[in-house]
Amino acid sequence: MTSSEALVEIRDVNFSYDSRPILKGINMTLPKGKVIAVMGGSGCGKTTLFRIIGGALKPTKGYVKVDGQKIHDLDQKGLYEMRRKMGVLFQFGALFTDMSVFDNVAFQMREHTDLPEEVIRDLVMMKLHAVGLRATHALMPAELSGGMARRVALARTVALDPLLILYDEPFAGLDPISLSVVGNLIRRLNDALGATSVIVTHDVQESLKIVDYNYFIDSGVIVAEGTPEQVRASDMPYVRQFVNGEIDGPVPFHYPGGDYKLDLGVQA
Amino acid sequence: MPIVKSLKLIGHRTINAVWRLGYASRFFMLTLYYSGASFRRFRLTVKEMFSSGVMSLIIILVAGMFVGMVLGLQGYETLKRYGSESALGSLVALSLVRELGPVLAALLFASRAGSAMTAEIGLMKATEQIAAMEMMAVNPIARVIGPRFWAGVISMPLLSALFSAMGVFGGYVVGVVLIGVDEGSFWSQMQSSVDFQHDILNGVIKSFVFGVAVTVIALFEGFDAPPTAEGVSGATTRTVVQSSLAILILDFILTAFMFRGE
Repeated sequence: MTSSEALVEIRDVNFSYDSRPILKGINMTLPKGKVIAVMGGSGCGKTTLFRIIGGALKPTKGYVKVDGQKIHDLDQKGLYEMRRKMGVLFQFGALFTDMSVFDNVAFQMREHTDLPEEVIRDLVMMKLHAVGLRATHALMPAELSGGMARRVALARTVALDPLLILYDEPFAGLDPISLSVVGNLIRRLNDALGATSVIVTHDVQESLKIVDYNYFIDSGVIVAEGTPEQVRASDMPYVRQFVNGEIDGPVPFHYPGGDYKLDLGVQA
Repeated sequence: MPIVKSLKLIGHRTINAVWRLGYASRFFMLTLYYSGASFRRFRLTVKEMFSSGVMSLIIILVAGMFVGMVLGLQGYETLKRYGSESALGSLVALSLVRELGPVLAALLFASRAGSAMTAEIGLMKATEQIAAMEMMAVNPIARVIGPRFWAGVISMPLLSALFSAMGVFGGYVVGVVLIGVDEGSFWSQMQSSVDFQHDILNGVIKSFVFGVAVTVIALFEGFDAPPTAEGVSGATTRTVVQSSLAILILDFILTAFMFRGE
């Protein structure tokens, strides 16, 4: 995917843990205003890529530019400045358990702005209203269901109207209704803010409903990409296996090993 | 080759221990460096003082009372042999102010507040709250660790003072009210023998040092805990064990410098 108005540029990104390669030459362009899904099976390297985009990890080769700046070249002050333009939704919300729903959403406003408390109150209520949970402002995170916690975390993520929103498995562990609600909110909030959203997920069906473009990662490389229509129409074996949830295919059912007959003690 | 294997294991553990010590020192330095927010936004520190200090009050006061009562009983039994029962006030007060107050209050603080701090920080890490804060451009050392550190450091001498005060009261109840030691000599002996600088100030210095040691150990163990249930429980155990040993070792070193057997 190419665009002259790219918010995030990922060029030849490689990453290894010790000597184990996780990402091998990833190239992506994420344009402004779009919702992009990065999909792949567990352990394919998508969360590592997510962390590299957020500046939490440094690539061993290549670079990631966010809003024109190489994120891993920034010092701590520069990185924090950049992160103020980002919102990150963690897999299970990561709400601060010692703070109420209201204080969670107000957290960044209090930390990064000098807004008076009355203005913060109005803004928090607006953010909570946008996710349909204004009435829960006085509750503690422990009193929320999984889906509600994810929506509160979403309100907190967009508290400072970020340019770039990163979602790490936003659909994990949600019931079908919450899944649709969260998916719908991701799309609506992105469009309302004019932001760019990157969703790291393995939930194909929900992602295809809301995203503009998909990347498929397997074993650290991009194996397929395209719009939801292209993905649905694709005849690539990997994409077919992933979209249809087929048990065997390019991603094998059996973990690679020796000859089965030898393990059973049967002469070939 | 079991010998080579054993040597390798010892080497690995030694390197690991030195690495952790270095990491903990860096963590301590960063905590001091980013302490500004703990004072600029002192309400954050006050909130943590409530959790670690005020919530430890009951155990500190009750333990102080009973330790003082035991000191009263044992002290009276010993002093009676030499006909010096009137010195009971001095014995109780000096034992508490110089030694038992700071040490026992710190041991109780480590098991009550230190373990809670480790578990809280460890769980915050396991549930990605620390990572979320970092991604929100908020430094977790400044926002989470700093206020807890200073809350522990400020609370410790206050808790120690309250422990000693309750201990003196416990000694008074047993010695004067129950056994019948003369009340006048109990208080006057105490007043004349306890020196502000030599005894009380040294006790305050001890409790301040213990406060720094216990909170740094507790916060570091929580921050460094593997993000699993087993990791957090192991870190909590290490906090109590390491804090207790640190308190007792530091107590000997400080006592050697302060009193030197003179």
